[in-house]
Amino acid sequence: MRNINAIFKKEFRSYFNSPIAYIFMTVFLGISSWLFFRTFFISAQAEMRGLFGLMPWIFLFFIPAVTMKLWAEEKKIGTAEILMTLPIRDFEVVLGKFFASFALLAVTALFSLCIPISVAIVGDPDQGTIICGYLGLLLMGAAYLSIGLFASTLTENQIVAFILGICACFLLLIIGEEIVLFSTPNWLYPIFSYLGLGTHYSSILRGVIDSRDIIYYLTIIGFFLYLSTLSVESRKWR
Amino acid sequence: MIEVKELTKSYGPTLAVNQVSFEARAGEVVGFIGPNGAGKTTTMRILTCYLTADSGSASVAGYDVQEHPIDVRKNVGYLPESAPLYVDMGVVDYLKFMTEIREIPKFERRQRINSVIDICGLSSVVQKDIGELSKGFRQRVGLAQSLIHDPPILILDEPTSGLDPSQTIEIRNLIKELGKEKLVLFSTHILPEVSATCSRILMINQGQIVANGTLQELIGQVQSDDTVHVAIRGADEEIRARLNEIEGVMEIRHVATGNGVESYEVTTSQGIDSPTELFFLAAVENNWQMAELRHESVDLEQVFLNFTTGEVEETAPIEEIVTQVEDTSPIEEIDTQTEEAVTGITVAEEE
Repeated sequence: MRNINAIFKKEFRSYFNSPIAYIFMTVFLGISSWLFFRTFFISAQAEMRGLFGLMPWIFLFFIPAVTMKLWAEEKKIGTAEILMTLPIRDFEVVLGKFFASFALLAVTALFSLCIPISVAIVGDPDQGTIICGYLGLLLMGAAYLSIGLFASTLTENQIVAFILGICACFLLLIIGEEIVLFSTPNWLYPIFSYLGLGTHYSSILRGVIDSRDIIYYLTIIGFFLYLSTLSVESRKWR
Repeated sequence: MIEVKELTKSYGPTLAVNQVSFEARAGEVVGFIGPNGAGKTTTMRILTCYLTADSGSASVAGYDVQEHPIDVRKNVGYLPESAPLYVDMGVVDYLKFMTEIREIPKFERRQRINSVIDICGLSSVVQKDIGELSKGFRQRVGLAQSLIHDPPILILDEPTSGLDPSQTIEIRNLIKELGKEKLVLFSTHILPEVSATCSRILMINQGQIVANGTLQELIGQVQSDDTVHVAIRGADEEIRARLNEIEGVMEIRHVATGNGVESYEVTTSQGIDSPTELFFLAAVENNWQMAELRHESVDLEQVFLNFTTGEVEETAPIEEIVTQVEDTSPIEEIDTQTEEAVTGITVAEEE
């Protein structure tokens, strides 16, 4: 636990020591505010459904950018060799890095609270759906992060890690979409529709917090963190 | 402290480490030398539990590297080749991070950090980020990192590469100092470094230990004749005749004549302990005026060449194999087969 904490602190600080965190937060908040306020005054409805609905697509490009350096850079400049010869287990490093990237996401989400706050000033939004929306956002973001982290363990090139992360998230996102499900064979239908990242997100967005959705996200996160650990360990016998 | 038995590791078809066995104890400075790609780094990575061996066993500080990697790592300070560090961290932040992971108690951290800063001469750069440091200072930060928990075993992969001469000497002295209590295993391909710092030498070539012992022992193992340079005033023929009578003299080559002084290069057989003494006695007996008497002994460089390249080149059968293969196989295959042949021969000669 202490080790995870040490890695977490180091990684989290490194986000803020480099321009990554600032660029990420500024651009992300800028784009999402613009997308939100563009239609907000026209539709004149005090709700954030539209923005939350766009988030899976915005995250698709932002989240892999946060995770791409986590392993690829360590491998590239060789610091992984010191890190992985410290008295610390591989999964502790994986978890520490994951929590650091999640913390960055959480901080960003915290800043984005200015959107619902301004909505609350001009109107009377349904607070329940906004809270659910944020919960869904964090869960889905965490799932993306774990996928991006796994992509980063596969290569020492950050750009490759970025693209791989996007592709993996994209695949997992679209298999739950109607248009894909429409053309999948019947026996695959329930599997695809269950695995789709978006399906569970939209059910949370509707304001229904179902334990199945939460278990789904936790399973996805756990699965990809486990794969990351395996991938990091695989250096030993390759 | 370190016990390695028949360690073998291959990357795909390339055999990086082949049946390596050795032992090392506390208070030793063991120099690990060999040509590039000989398997030094791979061996070190196995000992630090970064990689796993295909077969064989290794124990470090009494713990098996397979079964207790965490305990092994707690007892080892490791500096990988070219000191990879987080360039966006400050020097002190980095060391602090290391004290946290190394689980050094809070109240000791400051003192440990100060002590490694002192040992490694980092006090002038404590304010800086690692990215701003020169290669030499980065190397020192890497060393500081490996010393932070005061480990009984230090494994350093080319600790002096990229340093200027005075820094190199400092690091060597540090290694020597540390080697009084700890076990230091370090790799290098700079030969004078080995003779300057090591109490023992492990020579590795093509994944195999080809020599293991003190510098003197290794020099003793080299089958090579000694050469004595001697310059004497007098008549050429007479001198030659007398020189020939000296015990162990095998060949006399006349090198130069100048001002009535004749210079020779004399090859003496290896069994003679101190050939210069015999030459000196001969000079006294014959009442010669001696202008030069110099014994060229085998140095580490020759030992190195002898154990690594020399053997391979001198062995005849390889050429035959190459020519046989050339007729039939594509070029890539020749390489691997030749390599196999070479390894085979080295093994045979070793045994």
